[in-house]
Order: sequence, then C-alpha cells, then structure tokens
Amino acid sequence: MNKVTLSLVIGTLLLAGCASERIVLLPSADGRQSAVVVRDAAGETVLDQPYAGVTRRLGTNTAYRSSADEVNERFGTTLAALPPRPTSYVLYFEVGGNVLTPESQAALATIRKEIAERPASEVRVIGHTDRVGSVETNDRLSLQRAESVRDLLVESGVPANKLEAVGRGERDPLVPTADEVDEPKNRRVEISVR
Amino acid sequence: MIKAHWGALCALLALIWASPGLAGEVAGMIKVAKGAVSIERAGKKLPAGVGSEVEVADRVRTGQDASVGITLRDNTLLSAGPHSLIVIEKFAFDNTTQDGAMSIRIRKGTLSVASGKIAKRTPASVDFHTPTSVLGVRGTEFVIEVDGDGDE
Repeated sequence: MNKVTLSLVIGTLLLAGCASERIVLLPSADGRQSAVVVRDAAGETVLDQPYAGVTRRLGTNTAYRSSADEVNERFGTTLAALPPRPTSYVLYFEVGGNVLTPESQAALATIRKEIAERPASEVRVIGHTDRVGSVETNDRLSLQRAESVRDLLVESGVPANKLEAVGRGERDPLVPTADEVDEPKNRRVEISVR
Repeated sequence: MIKAHWGALCALLALIWASPGLAGEVAGMIKVAKGAVSIERAGKKLPAGVGSEVEVADRVRTGQDASVGITLRDNTLLSAGPHSLIVIEKFAFDNTTQDGAMSIRIRKGTLSVASGKIAKRTPASVDFHTPTSVLGVRGTEFVIEVDGDGDE
C-alpha cells in the first residue's frame, strides 16, 4: 500500500506540471443524488451538484460551475458514443414450476426484438424464487427458471453465445416477505439486455 | 479472541489475494465505435470495433475523429472521444452475488461514465484514475478531460 501511495505522490508531482484536467458531474439519469469525490495528494474535492466541475492544473484545483452547453461543447462527441442504456424486463411464472404466465409469454416477443436491434447485444437471464422451500431448493429452481427462459430465447433464434443464465434464489425478492410465503411477484426471471 | 482476529486477517488476505482483475478476463464489450479504435493487449495492437471484447489490462485507444463506447459486465457505460487512451486496470464482477471491483484509468483525452451495479452495491470498490487524481463515485454520471501527452 505504501508503495502505491508513494508512487501516486511521485506520479502526481511529475505529471502535475504537464497535464491539465477537468472533471464535471452530470445530472444522473434517474434524477437521484450523486457525487464524485476527486482525491489527490493535497486532499479531496467533492462534486455533488449537477454540473459542479473542477479544473486541475499545476496541482491546483479550481472549482467552477459548468453547464449543459459547456459539457456539450467539450464532451459532445464523447457523450454521443455512450452505449445505449441497458434495459431490464421481468417475466413471471405459474406457482412452483418453470412455466411462464401468459402475459410473460407475450412479452418475450418484445425482448427478442430488442436483442436483435441492439448493436452487439448481450443478455443476462437472472432467475428468482419466492421463499417457499429451502434456500438450496430455491437456488436450484431459480437457475432452472433462468435456464428455461434462456432455452426459450435460443429456440426463438437468439444466438446462445449472447446469453448467460444466473440463479439468485430467494435472496433478492421484489416483494420482501417472511419465509415460506407464496408471493407470485417473487417467482420471476429478470432479463437484462445490454 | 486472538483466533477470531487471525480468522478475520486470513479472510481479508484471501479477499486481497483472490481479488480481481486478472489480465485476460472479459470486462465488457465495445457497443459503439467510430473511426480508428484499437485495443493494446499484451504488447500487441489490435483493431477493434462493435462486438470486440474488452479484457482486464487492455488499453483502449482512439485516433483522430474517433470515439468508442463500452458496456462493462456490471452495466457500467464508458465512452471515450478522439485521441484518448483508457486503461481497464481492474475489473471483476460476480453475477450471482453481484459483488465486484473496478478501476479504470484515463491517460489522455476524454471519458464519460455512467456507473453500474458495482458502484451501486459497493461504491468504495470503484475508482477512476486520471494522471494526477483518483475519483470515487456515488451512483454517478460524469465526464473527465485530460490534456497532455500521457501516452504510457
């Protein structure tokens, strides 16, 4: 660790002379409070308001308020290359087994379309259970559900190498319940397309 | 008591040891590419485009008028503008537990970031490095610009 700190300090001293940097916090997509903490040998600067910015030159930080216009001017090309945001779909199951509800069967078509249209799409299929049964049983069941949905997608023409199936058992309920509660909203498979 | 401490220490050491970021592990994929984009891996310069995998230890470089967008496995989005050099120093993400860690460095150019699942779950295990500072994130989107000639 000391070595890392030391090299960081030396690196900072060496580079501070020739590089200038700018960091700007953007509004978050979901509108939630967010922040960036900028640390260097001298201490830290917290950017916690949209468009809060800092420029760094010769080891000196200058805080300033940027704007949508400035960000667009300096970072427009960069931001335009940001990949499309991942989207997430939830499919539900009939009690106990791995048969999709009719509504969820229908939703599969939309998902297939999105997988086909996104450039270099990748898909993570994540299975979940309610809390009926043991943790081990539910780990197995959640993976089976994820695999059955993955197989459905493969059968419908989605290349298998785009897909991975994961089981998260009962540890990530959509609706928190006591153990052994039959909660249909928790018997689900999430499909995350990125 | 002492036993418990040893246990904790060993667990900690195991964690550090097992930790992330072996070169060659897939960290993400290029989803957007414009102009000359290349990946430097194990001393070789490989042309890169939409669909190219990005691995731990890769250096992603863009030329004049070029840009690149990468989605990491935890849904972190990165993009770099012209004349940029970005290094994936560390990336690990466990699908099942959603634990992970990442460390990304910008040597020059511009980088924009929309953080993903690792930053949401364990923000302390995510950092971004510029030539002179380290950035920690708290559920965040931000941009960085580095002027200078930090090529290596």
